[in-house]
Amino acid sequence: MFRKSFFLVGLLLWLALALLAACPHARAAETVRVADPYIELRTGPGVGYPIFYVIDKGEPVTVLKRRTDWFKVRAPGGQEGWVHHQQLARTLDDDGQTVAIPEPGIGDYSQRRWEMGVLGGDFSGARLISVYLGYAFSDNLSLELSLGHAVGSHSGNSLGNVNLTHRPFPDWRVQPFALIGVGILHTTPSTTLIRSEDRTDTTLQAGLGLQAYLSRRFLIRAEYRNHVVQMSGDDNEEIDQWQLGIAFFF
Amino acid sequence: MDRPPARVARAACAALGLALAGLGSAAAEEESPQPIRPEVERRPINLAAIDTEDFELGVFFGVLSIEDFGSNLVYGARLAYHVSERLFVEAALGRSKGDKTSYERLSGSAELLSDSDRELTYYNLSLGFNLLPGEAFPLKGWAFNSQLYLIAGAGSTRFAGDDAFTVNFGAGYRFLATDWLALHLDVRDHMFDVDLLGENKLTHNLELTAGLTVFF
Repeated sequence: MFRKSFFLVGLLLWLALALLAACPHARAAETVRVADPYIELRTGPGVGYPIFYVIDKGEPVTVLKRRTDWFKVRAPGGQEGWVHHQQLARTLDDDGQTVAIPEPGIGDYSQRRWEMGVLGGDFSGARLISVYLGYAFSDNLSLELSLGHAVGSHSGNSLGNVNLTHRPFPDWRVQPFALIGVGILHTTPSTTLIRSEDRTDTTLQAGLGLQAYLSRRFLIRAEYRNHVVQMSGDDNEEIDQWQLGIAFFF
Repeated sequence: MDRPPARVARAACAALGLALAGLGSAAAEEESPQPIRPEVERRPINLAAIDTEDFELGVFFGVLSIEDFGSNLVYGARLAYHVSERLFVEAALGRSKGDKTSYERLSGSAELLSDSDRELTYYNLSLGFNLLPGEAFPLKGWAFNSQLYLIAGAGSTRFAGDDAFTVNFGAGYRFLATDWLALHLDVRDHMFDVDLLGENKLTHNLELTAGLTVFF
């Protein structure tokens, strides 16, 4: 077990290093020109960091990387610091055009393709945590993959679902949606009970929900799902699932 | 029979010809600014391609005090996404192993748990807030960015053969050795119920870890 985890951690680290090695080659720096009287360079990517240098109007600024709302730039003299995107948005490119900084906003919300979120809630009396990843392949339809883990007093459940989500009003700030899907439900009985076997069942599900755009790239999402668990042989079992959480799109 | 499509095709050809002629004359009149426009439109996309380093991935090692089961080595991995300069979300995975309880040691009687049930694994999803961003000055002429953050979240812990819903909260210190490499010191309390002896008991499991992360 320990060896397996070390392997996993090693793999993650290797992945990180590989990504790191790949990044500098894949990305290029861009050069823009200052249009305001000056722009301010801070020592760190945050409003609290001190301004240690200013680049004057007309000077070239090399944009190196971005972290959240901040860009790391290099001045002609080699000084490197962080500039807020609002200042960088007032610089010019080589043709004298204002540089457009892609800022996520409500406009992107209706155009979003990928969406990812974390939800918490109730799964038939057990506490549920789940994550989901969605891909919108049209304005109204998206395919979502979700993984969940519910911990109850008598049993634990792991869920994996694939569902199709329909949003009839993609332009609304608060959007209702409906979903249907299939999934797997793995049930592990609690060890304090008489030991019974783990089970894996397939489920069919239908659900309704609401999601609302908050700001930037954030959403709040609430949903209800009804699972029909197809038990082997016996009758089907129905499970209610309620969830609330946050998501972001990219 | 094929007259309407033919007419359409002819009309399209004529329109295309006209358009080309129009474009040619426009280009002749204004030297060349017109054809350059589309390139100007495309430039913002280049800035969008600037390397965005909002993800942070790394490993951590430390000590986890499992209530009643002693303090033991804990290790794991974490992935964070920085939403803004203040907020980040983090997913973490950790592993440790419980020792013998004092009762087991003193009485020398039957063990409460089998060896495999002593293994503890947890995962959690948390929200972090960079409370005190700042700079550290270890030596003259050296400045490093740092952040003191508060973090809290929920997850699950597998211990004694059972999964338990777990709430965690704590604080951490992130020391940025470079823009992309950070050292962490974290203190966390993992709270979960254990019903090993028949009744539910809320346990506090304090964890102290040091970590190394990279931004990408």
